[in-house]
Amino acid sequence: MAKKIHVTLTVNGEAQEFLAEPRELLIHTLRERLGITGPHIGCETSHCGACTVDMNGRSVKACTLFVAQADGADITTIEGLGGPDGLHVLQRMFREHHGLQCGYCTPGMITRAHRLLQENPAPTEEEVRFGMAGNLCRCTGYQNIVKAILAAAAEMNAKEAAE
Amino acid sequence: MIPPAFEYHRPTDLASAVGLLAQLGDEARVIAGGHSLIPMMKLRMAEPAHLVDLQSVGELKGITVAGDHVQIGAMVTQSDLITHDGLARAIPLLREAALQIADPQVRYVGTVGGNVANGDPGNDMPGLMQCLDAHFTLTGPSGSRDVAARDFYHGLYSTERADDEILSRITIAIPSGGYAYEKQKRKIGDYATAAAAVLLNRRGGTVSSASIAMTNLSDIPVWSQAAGEALIGTDCGAEAVTAAVAAMLADIDPQADNRGPIAFKRHVAGVILARAIARAWSRA
Ligand SMILES: Cc1cc2nc3c(=O)[nH]c(=O)nc-3n(C[C@H](O)[C@H](O)[C@H](O)COP(=O)(O)OP(=O)(O)OC[C@H]3O[C@@H](n4cnc5c(N)ncnc54)[C@H](O)[C@@H]3O)c2cc1C
Ligand code: FES
Ligand code: FES
Repeated sequence: MAKKIHVTLTVNGEAQEFLAEPRELLIHTLRERLGITGPHIGCETSHCGACTVDMNGRSVKACTLFVAQADGADITTIEGLGGPDGLHVLQRMFREHHGLQCGYCTPGMITRAHRLLQENPAPTEEEVRFGMAGNLCRCTGYQNIVKAILAAAAEMNAKEAAE
Repeated sequence: MIPPAFEYHRPTDLASAVGLLAQLGDEARVIAGGHSLIPMMKLRMAEPAHLVDLQSVGELKGITVAGDHVQIGAMVTQSDLITHDGLARAIPLLREAALQIADPQVRYVGTVGGNVANGDPGNDMPGLMQCLDAHFTLTGPSGSRDVAARDFYHGLYSTERADDEILSRITIAIPSGGYAYEKQKRKIGDYATAAAAVLLNRRGGTVSSASIAMTNLSDIPVWSQAAGEALIGTDCGAEAVTAAVAAMLADIDPQADNRGPIAFKRHVAGVILARAIARAWSRA
């Protein structure tokens, strides 16, 4: 067995420190080591996007990153965006517009949509579809996911204009 | 799918990275974005005992647009290629191609250096770099050397790069004229069934220069000199395009796989090249 390494991460604002084998995949670190089970494992082959988390301001597939590569990184998962006590506007809009059915893809969808709206606060429908191309959904047919993201963008922009 | 165990190194400068490769020998491999390497490790198609992570090597970062050249550090990501204003103005072909690679998450992480060094015919950047006549700088224990992209690829996963060399930089002379990267894929995020990179210059009503390269239609990218020559001096009309496509078809050697049988791939290659030529000509 290869030498363990000392890893530090910030996950949803909390500092984490542990020893791990470098080959540990970030998705396993989050789900099994830290008990953060929002990010899901769908395909495990970097195609579906269910494992998407935000790492240093970029959307990444946590099933295709070694924890060693993430050492020192700042990570946000769906848990860091909002929860039952205070839903993020994207979470609210997914509920309102029926942007989920089984919900398996939803944490990855919303985490990715969050970064997309940071980079492009007023996307067109086509830009949403292109920007969400790394996330697959087997239930909804995408229509309501796109609607929910556009609605969230509109609400975020209206709120900003009012401030 | 748990990848095999390895020891991890994260050097902070190029000399140390090269030093580690020299010291660890065959057992070591560099990792850039890991988006080709990690899937291969999960399948046990690669089992390096040591991984040398290039993410903190400053010399490998950054894009410089200066005078008539562009330099791109190996660790520049595909997403950096898309968002860099100066680069998009200097070589819009790079942005057009990068937008057709994988999906947003993969483009944030996957690097240009990894894409061209990998030696996988499915990668889009190698053909593109051949079309642009790019040069790769390889840095090893005894210094650096430059290799033309058109001389770099020997076979499947076999390139001009020696095991102890790191591909550090890509240099491209800024091209003039029209351009197009046209790619046929089964779904977004897929590798090409066939793709074509085209650069064209026009003088009056005729083609004065042309460069054509094809992706995923042989075990290496195919720069088809004959296809380019078939266009030069013509009006880029239907007859010339047919001749260029015929010349290209003589240079490719696709294999049957889950993207289709050979006849289908040859057909798609012709359609895609004709479209790319038309688009490049409309922009020339
Ligand atoms: C779902 C998915 C879809 C994809 N679709 C496409 C696509 O449509 N088109 C496309 O072109 N690619 C595609 N890719 C591949 C992606 O672009 C990879 O990121 C890229 O091929 C490799 O870049 P990397 O930085 O991830 O390299 P890594 O995976 O880290 O490295 C790849 C190989 O190159 C070597 N290497 C890396 N950098 C250097 C260097 N500087 N010097 C020497 N050797 C080096 C490594 O040792 C390794 O052998 C896809 C990947 C995924 C996961
Ligand atoms: S589980 Fe990571 S992309 Fe599907
Ligand atoms: S809601 Fe079921 S996979 Fe998307």
